[in-house]
Amino acid sequence: MPKIFAPLAVVAALMLAYAPVAVAGAPYESTMLLVQKIFYFHISSWIAMSAAITVCALGSAVYLFTSSEKADHYGFAGAELTLIFCTFGLVSGSLWARKAWGQWWQWDAKLTMALMLELVFVGYLLVRKYAGPGSEKLAAAMGIFGAATAPFIYKAADWWRTIHPKTSVVPTLKPAMWNVVWFCASAFLLLFVLLLMMRVRLEERRAELDRLYLEADA
Amino acid sequence: MSIIRRALIAVSWFALVAAPSFAFQAPAAQDGFVPISEVPPSERLPAAPFVIGAYAFFLVLMVVYIWSISRRLNHVQHEMKVLEQRTTQATAQGSARR
Repeated sequence: MPKIFAPLAVVAALMLAYAPVAVAGAPYESTMLLVQKIFYFHISSWIAMSAAITVCALGSAVYLFTSSEKADHYGFAGAELTLIFCTFGLVSGSLWARKAWGQWWQWDAKLTMALMLELVFVGYLLVRKYAGPGSEKLAAAMGIFGAATAPFIYKAADWWRTIHPKTSVVPTLKPAMWNVVWFCASAFLLLFVLLLMMRVRLEERRAELDRLYLEADA
Repeated sequence: MSIIRRALIAVSWFALVAAPSFAFQAPAAQDGFVPISEVPPSERLPAAPFVIGAYAFFLVLMVVYIWSISRRLNHVQHEMKVLEQRTTQATAQGSARR
């Protein structure tokens, strides 16, 4: 693991420990009151998911064109992290919706597309695990396909009639709320970088193990 | 007779058409929202469990995921050690036979 990993991990742990305190101190939104505070982790999770899906798409595209092993490691790691942050985004959104809408789930465009994205990446991981040799290329194509849906999910509330708040709500936040949004988003992005480093390290070690097995057989 | 018949038709017509339309009249508009203090406790949904639930879920998800990565990493490293030991033993046995 790179030397910078340990100091970054300490910083991320401190930021994530302080994040709930910062969220508690943020001003209350006038209509939703306390439940709006889920938003700080909810939006941060989607920002981290966007970073993960970008890494997955770039890694997958480079792997498809160059067959670079390193690019495949980043693509795989990005896909798993997309699934993790997407899961949290969906669950936190559902908890917010139960209070704000009175329902855990609505089959509207934005939510349904986000669920489809989650399922695409579940499919990605299943292909990597069970499809056997050569599944890397198929999975890389799935990663690119999944990433292509992300901008539509982001703009869904603006383009179609959905119950989800529009993206235009975010710029109307008070400056004190923005500070907390940026703090939480930075903490999540730092966590994402650390998890990516760990996950890529795992893939590197696996590739090394495969090489050792091949050498032992030869 | 015809007057009675007409009266019966008029009453029947009223019963068939006018009564349902009265029955389905929209309720009178409310002046405003009902304050939360007037809503029965069973209908109130406090927000705190949802907020705490969301943050707790995130914590649990991250702990489980980091544990999962470290477990997989340890497994791979253990397998590498075993393989290296086997290779060293095989090399030693091969050189002893010669």
